[in-house]
Amino acid sequence: MNGPHDLGGRMGFGPIPLEVDEPIFHADWEARALGITLTCGALGHWTLDESRHARESLPPAVYYSASYYEIWERALEALLLRHALVTEDDLARGQAAAGEAHPRRLPAARVPAVLASGGPTDRPVATPARFQPGDRVRARLMHPKTHTRMPGYLTGRPGVIEADRGGFVLPDSNAHGGGENPERLYTVVFEAARVWGQGAEPGVTISADLWESYLEPA
Amino acid sequence: MPHDHDHGDHDNHLDPMDARVRALETILVQKGLIDPAAVDAIIDTYANKVGPRNGAQVVARAWTDPEFAAWLARDATAAIADMGFTGRQGEHMQAVFNTPDQHNVIVCTLCSCYPWSVLGLPPVWYKSPAYRARVVIEPRAVLAEFGLTLPVSTRIRVWDSTAELRYLVVPMRPEGTEGMDLTALADLVTREAMVGTGLPRLPA
Repeated sequence: MNGPHDLGGRMGFGPIPLEVDEPIFHADWEARALGITLTCGALGHWTLDESRHARESLPPAVYYSASYYEIWERALEALLLRHALVTEDDLARGQAAAGEAHPRRLPAARVPAVLASGGPTDRPVATPARFQPGDRVRARLMHPKTHTRMPGYLTGRPGVIEADRGGFVLPDSNAHGGGENPERLYTVVFEAARVWGQGAEPGVTISADLWESYLEPA
Repeated sequence: MPHDHDHGDHDNHLDPMDARVRALETILVQKGLIDPAAVDAIIDTYANKVGPRNGAQVVARAWTDPEFAAWLARDATAAIADMGFTGRQGEHMQAVFNTPDQHNVIVCTLCSCYPWSVLGLPPVWYKSPAYRARVVIEPRAVLAEFGLTLPVSTRIRVWDSTAELRYLVVPMRPEGTEGMDLTALADLVTREAMVGTGLPRLPA
């Protein structure tokens, strides 16, 4: 979906908000929002792709007026409701009946190991590569209403394959319970002038990492 | 992390987001879904342990050890793991090297993908709509706002982190740093230099 998150090339957002000596968190709640988002993710009810989709599905007026951790908090509430881990009544009351510990509740002692191992998303792909480095391709013209990692500013644009990165989980299906369906991922290079046309800054290329089904020969 | 009450007011005037996040955490703990000590441990990791000093050590080693630099270029995930930096949002690393001809800059236009294992959590500017929107269409103008003006003869490559590859920019080693040790070199390597919105500091 080309929702409010699909920002590449959009105008009107003003100067870059630079801060001197900025803190890691600007309020305690930001730190708590990060921590509860990660601990809830560890329960295993949704994928990273589904959580990204929950964030980008916020209404544009909400998305643009929220700080990043507010976006995380709102999306986490939506995920918890969707997966029936909390109820609207719980959220309205700010209290819930005591429950048994979830079997995959993350204990503090496991946090270092979980963070240090992360969640690799590379997967073997049996089919031969459709594209080779140097091939001219086009980012398919596509506007799915569901989650995708094809940025709107690149869809339909011509580029060149720079590298074959091997197989990776396909977010477009994995965000919606459709399984990992790994596909080969390529780094594709686009000339800025072929993306933006007249007035593009000189000597600029842009690359994106795009799945095989996002691409067609050009 | 202690809760912050120094807003010059009392608890019934909490920031709405503070109240909202506290309420959700309370519910999650009551329902047995999270352990608040695990939340504390995650915060401690990113507040105190994982940050841009990790990446600076990688860059300093690459500046001084050509074999390591070659390994970093070939298999950044393995080379960085060899220094003990692994994990969440750094599972699939790529190192991109600045040259006199090409300057690299990293963005995630679709969210805020960032190499946590080497740089820690992203700063506000990296997550801002302004940066995400603008750096792909006017990177020279954006870099100028950071105080970095590159000659027109230097090509700019903007890497949009659309998948799970996470990028670390390896800036060029500043002149006048011959003979400096790894610690002193790492002190020159800023977070912005490793995202590509800045250059390393010059030696004093």
